[in-house]
Amino acid sequence: MLYRTAGQFKTSYAADHALFPVRQDAWLLGVIMVLAWVVFPLAASDFTFQALLIPVLIYSLAALGLNILTGYAGQLSLGTGAFMGVGAYACYKIMTIFPGLNLAVAIGLSGFFSAAVGVAFGLPSLRIKGFYLAIATLAAQFFLVWLFEKWSWLYNDSASGAIQVPNLSMFGLGVAGPTATSITQYYFVLAVVSLVTIAAINITRGRIGRMWKAVRDMDIAAELVGINLMKAKLSAFAVSSYIVGVAGALFVFLWRGAAEPNLFDIPLSFRVLFIAIIGGLGSVLGNYLGAILIVALPVILNIVPEALGIPVSSSVVEHLNVMTIGGLIIMFLIVEPHGLARFWAMIREKMIIWPFPH
Amino acid sequence: MSAHHDAHHDIALARNDGLKPGDVLLDIRNVSLAFGGVKAITDVSFDIRKGEIRAIIGPNGAGKTSMLNVINGFYTPQEGVIVFRGRERRAMKPHDAVAQGIARTFQNVALFKGMSTLDNIMAGRSVFMKESLFWQMLWRGRALKEEIAHREKVEEIIDFLEIQHIRRTPVGRLPYGLQKRVELGRALAMEPSLLLLDEPMAGMNLEEKEDMSRFIIDVNRQRGTTIALIEHDMGVVMDLSDRVVVLDYGKKIADDVPEKVKANKQVIDAYLGVAH
Amino acid sequence: MEFLHSILVKPFADMIGAPDFLLQVLWEGLVSGVLYALIALGFVLIYKSSRIFNFAQGIMVVFAALSLVGLHEKGVPAWLAVPLTLVIMLGLAIAIERVVLRPLVNQPDIILFMATIGITLFLIGFGELIFGGENKVMITEQLGIPTGSFAFEPFGGFVSIEQKDLTAVIGAVLLVAGLLLFLNKSSMGRAIRALGDDHQAALSVGISLSMIWVVVWFIAGVIALATGIVWGARADVSFALEVIAYKALPVLMLGGLESVLGAIVGGLAIGLLEKLFEIYWGQPLLGGNTETWFAFVFALVILLFRPQGLFGEKIIERV
Repeated sequence: MLYRTAGQFKTSYAADHALFPVRQDAWLLGVIMVLAWVVFPLAASDFTFQALLIPVLIYSLAALGLNILTGYAGQLSLGTGAFMGVGAYACYKIMTIFPGLNLAVAIGLSGFFSAAVGVAFGLPSLRIKGFYLAIATLAAQFFLVWLFEKWSWLYNDSASGAIQVPNLSMFGLGVAGPTATSITQYYFVLAVVSLVTIAAINITRGRIGRMWKAVRDMDIAAELVGINLMKAKLSAFAVSSYIVGVAGALFVFLWRGAAEPNLFDIPLSFRVLFIAIIGGLGSVLGNYLGAILIVALPVILNIVPEALGIPVSSSVVEHLNVMTIGGLIIMFLIVEPHGLARFWAMIREKMIIWPFPH
Repeated sequence: MSAHHDAHHDIALARNDGLKPGDVLLDIRNVSLAFGGVKAITDVSFDIRKGEIRAIIGPNGAGKTSMLNVINGFYTPQEGVIVFRGRERRAMKPHDAVAQGIARTFQNVALFKGMSTLDNIMAGRSVFMKESLFWQMLWRGRALKEEIAHREKVEEIIDFLEIQHIRRTPVGRLPYGLQKRVELGRALAMEPSLLLLDEPMAGMNLEEKEDMSRFIIDVNRQRGTTIALIEHDMGVVMDLSDRVVVLDYGKKIADDVPEKVKANKQVIDAYLGVAH
Repeated sequence: MEFLHSILVKPFADMIGAPDFLLQVLWEGLVSGVLYALIALGFVLIYKSSRIFNFAQGIMVVFAALSLVGLHEKGVPAWLAVPLTLVIMLGLAIAIERVVLRPLVNQPDIILFMATIGITLFLIGFGELIFGGENKVMITEQLGIPTGSFAFEPFGGFVSIEQKDLTAVIGAVLLVAGLLLFLNKSSMGRAIRALGDDHQAALSVGISLSMIWVVVWFIAGVIALATGIVWGARADVSFALEVIAYKALPVLMLGGLESVLGAIVGGLAIGLLEKLFEIYWGQPLLGGNTETWFAFVFALVILLFRPQGLFGEKIIERV
């Protein structure tokens, strides 16, 4: 009943190319927007901001970046963590060299550095395919993290080898560093994530997105319909790494507050990959669903036994968490290899034709 | 003038050959192709004239598909010359071939399985579309205008091929016959001056074959597109084509109008498997 | 000029200047290489027989070693702990076949690959839950592995070879020999090899696919245990060991996903080269610890020139 699409006729191709051709989708998005922009910030505690809302947004963004490369363009990458690191270190150096710069501008610029590094490590994709390429992206992963550790210029030669986010403000409000409030940080991250998401939706449904998907589905055929494989693959690496880099800068500047090289190690790459897989490869929405699940899981595993009065040590929770995520991945792949986004698509389809079975 | 018009214009210029129907569009001269030590094509010469339907036939493994791959630049022959619209070439990238006006379909359907019919055919417009990442991100102005202009072209093709009802269906879910039709649509979207069809009717039932034959004839007559096709169904070949070239073991054994080819002793032997 | 000298001349001068040290470095590299080759071998077997890019191979090494040490800690004597660990690995192989592989049969490669990442995580969490996350010491002596060392004095210098390393190399050689014998002489082994070429043909021999998968994953488990014992004797047993498991991946890039020979040669080559690079270039010039990435970058560079790897055949694309 709620999802009745009958009677909504499009009279021009422009209307058919609107962001949400179905009215109910637009309403649903409106509700989510109100929740995200109004209800959550009013209701959330500091803990909720820091443990759930902000990390969900940042991980979603990183997964969106990875999804463009792996889900849309079909190039499997295991080096996302390191590219997040490039964004974070780039942002740190930009803010060191230009201390007065607006943080939003610095984060936007730092994405270009990760994009450049991404393209450089994407060059092998022109010669190497499939699993061989996936292993090749591990070269980026291990080499870059090593570089973050050895190249002391990156962390301003600090003795700890870590980068520390200074107090930064925008329009008089503290957005980063120890004095920033969670709510401003949340709004900052939400704004960036919203903008990038809209851009990503637009890119993936147009000429460039079709080019990527064609390469993913059948690269030889793509070449034979006139798609330049080099341009398609490298543009996917560039756009993907840009978004991942921005996510990395947000990760350190708006959430963690400090970072050591090993923060960007392979577990981070995998966490982002899981979000993309569980959410659904080749979908924008899935990244948010996947991030909610992966970020919330340890929190739930922490809270539930406590609420039930079962004493569980934090290390047990950690182990259970890892185990559960592993199990969930296998379960999802068996039940629905296309992830949570496909679940939603099926539910939506059912609602449109309800009460009829098909 | 918007960018897609420019792109279109460039390609139109590249394709403006000044050829009249009946002139030689593609000339293949003494082409040989080998993989390692295995010869796929040996010293084959033939031409394709503007406006005709040219069939390439022969038993399995005769080198027909390899020939198409040579024509559209996927394979580079070791020997011989290919002249397309009076211009000689040896090596080229397949996407350059598309820009010059050569499009094709494949023996085993090579569609983008995860994409809808509409997106598959839109992908065929890739060479004409140029709007930058910046405009794509905004999805306003030039990018949207370009998208809609090409959508109109694609809808014409969808109407022509009578596949409106599967516009939004992922092609992986379509039956084989319809997939073949979508693939023809994708090739047409490239606005080719030479269309290469690799067994367009393989695995089809009679009705589907009739539909496909009708589309091929219409493309040829209405759009004036030159067609080279590989087909095993001799009835179809004889009905559709203007001239037939016959390959066997990578060599040309006949090249003539259908009636003469049908009566050719060597051709009959090749098909019946008589040892030479 | 001085820079060029330091990368192009000095390392080689150092090698010639101290040949005994060079020998020591080569030996160390060889031992690592043997282990890389072993892990890669387990991987190749699984890929050949089921087209699965088994990311969990490395974690199986840790899991096997951890089970062995964990059992011993719980009071099981060493001579019994080894067969019991093998039983655990067999159970693991059966469980993976039942729970993961069977429902996912015929899915695209990437899905199966992701599933093995799921297995990896599950095993990490499960292993730590049962045996604890702290580092453990391999029960080297209890297993009867000699721990002394031989000293040699070639070129008037000094080279020391640990007996456990020597045992490892000999053990590995025997294991590989046994494996090759199994693959080439037994009907099950032939079925596994045939499976790589043609599923239908292999099935027509009359051995069920699930049976083959269990056997293959069990063999991979045996290899994992052997690798785990040897590596654990050189360092502590913990999930930090997984880093060495990643090393098998560039070996596979070099040697090809399906080549047994490639895994062995690639493993040895990478073990030797990364050691040489670390000692003669990494530590003096780059601040050391280059072993984390050298193998990957090296394999990547080779692949740029030979996309099919060292032992793969040239791929002809068809449409």
